[in-house]
Amino acid sequence: MARPNKKKSSRGRGRRPQSTQNQAERSSQNSQVAAAKEAPVKRKFAGKIRLYGDVENDGVVQISFTLPMPACDEARVAALQFAEKMNIQKASVLHMEAIDDDFSFFVVYGQCEAEVDLEQIEVPKLDHPQYGFHEINDMLGQKLDRKLVVLGACIGTDAHTVGIDAIFNMKGYLGDYGLERYSCFEAINLRAQVDVKDLADKIIEKQADVVLVSRVVTQRDSHIEEFKKLLAELSSRENVPAKLIKICGGPRMTHKEAIDIGYDAGFGPGTLPGQVASYIATEALQRFADQQD
Amino acid sequence: MTKINLDRDIIDHCRELAESVAHPVLIYINRHSTVSIERSVLRLLGFQGAHEVEKGMPYPVCNLIVDKLGQDKLKMGVASVIASIKNRYPRWNQAKMAEKIIKGEVNFERLEILPPDKAQALLKPWIDTAVRHIDKMRYRKEDMRHKLGRGKKMGPLKYIIVATGNIYEDVKHAQSAAKQGADIIAVIRSTAQSLLDYVPHGATTEGFGGTFATQENFKIMREALDETSEELGRYIRLCNYSSGLCMSEIAVMGAEEGLDYLLNDAMYGILFRDINMKRTLIDQHFSRMVIARAGIGIQTGEDNYLTTADAFHNHHQVLASQFLNENLAKHAGLRDEQIGLGHAFEVDPMVEDSFLIELAMAQMVREIFPRCPIKYMPPTRHKQGDIFFSHVMDAMFNMVGSMTGQSIQLLGMATEANHNPYLQDRFWALKSANYIFSACRSLYDDVQFVPNGKVMRQARQVLDRTHRFLRKIDQQGLFESIEHGMFAEMPRAKDGGKGHDGIFEKARQYFNPFYDLFQGQGRR
Repeated sequence: MARPNKKKSSRGRGRRPQSTQNQAERSSQNSQVAAAKEAPVKRKFAGKIRLYGDVENDGVVQISFTLPMPACDEARVAALQFAEKMNIQKASVLHMEAIDDDFSFFVVYGQCEAEVDLEQIEVPKLDHPQYGFHEINDMLGQKLDRKLVVLGACIGTDAHTVGIDAIFNMKGYLGDYGLERYSCFEAINLRAQVDVKDLADKIIEKQADVVLVSRVVTQRDSHIEEFKKLLAELSSRENVPAKLIKICGGPRMTHKEAIDIGYDAGFGPGTLPGQVASYIATEALQRFADQQD
Repeated sequence: MTKINLDRDIIDHCRELAESVAHPVLIYINRHSTVSIERSVLRLLGFQGAHEVEKGMPYPVCNLIVDKLGQDKLKMGVASVIASIKNRYPRWNQAKMAEKIIKGEVNFERLEILPPDKAQALLKPWIDTAVRHIDKMRYRKEDMRHKLGRGKKMGPLKYIIVATGNIYEDVKHAQSAAKQGADIIAVIRSTAQSLLDYVPHGATTEGFGGTFATQENFKIMREALDETSEELGRYIRLCNYSSGLCMSEIAVMGAEEGLDYLLNDAMYGILFRDINMKRTLIDQHFSRMVIARAGIGIQTGEDNYLTTADAFHNHHQVLASQFLNENLAKHAGLRDEQIGLGHAFEVDPMVEDSFLIELAMAQMVREIFPRCPIKYMPPTRHKQGDIFFSHVMDAMFNMVGSMTGQSIQLLGMATEANHNPYLQDRFWALKSANYIFSACRSLYDDVQFVPNGKVMRQARQVLDRTHRFLRKIDQQGLFESIEHGMFAEMPRAKDGGKGHDGIFEKARQYFNPFYDLFQGQGRR
């Protein structure tokens, strides 16, 4: 029998559980690579750019959409007119197909003349330094004489704990330890479906220093609504710790959006616990260290 | 056809363990009833309609009656109370009776408590009407399926979801999908309907992330699909959700409106909706009895475990839960053909050989439950904004579906995790599925796996882990295992969660005519 890859087939034998473990870890690293693709590019942006298809400044764009009419010659013309009204020049219908008697599907190509001036773009970013696990523990251990109370919850009716768990669980995520592992934090994960009222109660009861909230369900911007609800709830309560650091996160979250609705920071998909911990450490030293001295 | 040489002894022992785990649960179930069960008995007895308690919020008559009676009277079974009233006021119909009870104009002190056989005789016309109607809908459905069939059989049944929130809009989407080849239409429910302790009433045009499950909506959609079925010469099946706090009422609604499938799984409610475990397991049992009689197929929700817990390491939880669900379903009288166990394609696509792992899991489930129509769920967890990549994942998923001979394939949407499917999303999904199922039509018959290859080893390993896992559950008990977060890494308290106050112990003379009538129905 052919055995193309001896090394691989021997991996499965005997110590199988370990091999699967390795495999999962390896895969995680891969997805980490995938997540890292968004990382800021070193090159300095400059000047005006246009969309890039085949060559610089060709402005090529592809779009697909549905029209509420049967696929026919009139539909093709209608599709072209839509493209034109979207400022897409030299549009051509690459594909038209009937979805059923009443609807038709289109793939349209064209050129977009629009230009964007990169000098005009400003994106608020978290520019705190990245610390290591021990560094954070040492740093906070020296400067604060207590543990920081960190509360976490997935709020509203959302049952998806993947996000908050990835940040909190002792085991961590992609080999990066979770907040529960840090000796400088008293990390409490309230997990899923936590009502904002209950969370506010808990924040007051524990006199929390940091609160992290997560939403994975984002239909009709329900995550934003829920995040706002928490802020509203907190502002209506008494005895809420004044220096509370408020952080939100989820697959549709950016730092800018978080700031816009009144949080201190927002973390999007692919965030590692260490990044959150570094932020907390930086922010906590600024907010709490003075009073300790 | 067995292809991966699983150890039959271990499988048999897993089934024995499932029986042993289920036994004390079933004893508990049989000693209790819930407000939801009593409301469904009322529905079956012909109590219909709703009153607007708050503006724009019709509240069903059955709820009003049950709330009015209170658990003290419900202990005897609501049917017993109704029989007593009918005994004293024989000329009252359901509407009149409902009105009198709700207004508090019935003097319960003066009612005679009837023994079950007398109550049964007194309510016989109403009971018969309900059962005759359910049976009629069942035969009608079976006739349609027989007459129209599936058209040219090609791969698994293609299951498509619609979720606009507006039932009339849903109809358009559903009919359009059917014309493109969909075999099953599932109307997704409005978010968190499972947490409502009543069923909304009438046709609805607004929902959140889905459309409310109401009897009127069921009827509208079934009628529309009947029309399309005739037009296409192919029977289009309809699916909805019998889960949450109104599990058994929705089972009754589904039975009355001729639905083909109902998502019905207590574990889902417990783990993901924080519904009290005892409440929903009791509800589940009665709802499955109704479902068995109505010839509806259930679909379970094990696939969801993999959306929150990692698929690679937690597959044994899915399989263990499938064994348990199979056992509980059979005790409620369902036939194998009615038990659609849930399974999903959720391994991280970046894992090396992830396709083989999926293949192994799908084949394993197929072989362990050969007669159950597995509901095979598409990837969702690892989908993000890259719709082009998501489309490829769905194609891989469809490949596994046809390669392992699945019965029901829930088609993945490229835009999953971004928004409810648009018309064109379904169009792509169906076009690609039609292509793959046709291109791979005979693949299942032609594929064999290398003995001791990765697929077989993976399947064996998961089965072994499942076996150990079930042994652990058997030692601890099901309730305690859930409390310890052994499923989907989601611990739930035994007496916590929603709906716990709706449970009550049955009195000695408890009477529920349908309980006895539907006992062991679907079984041959």
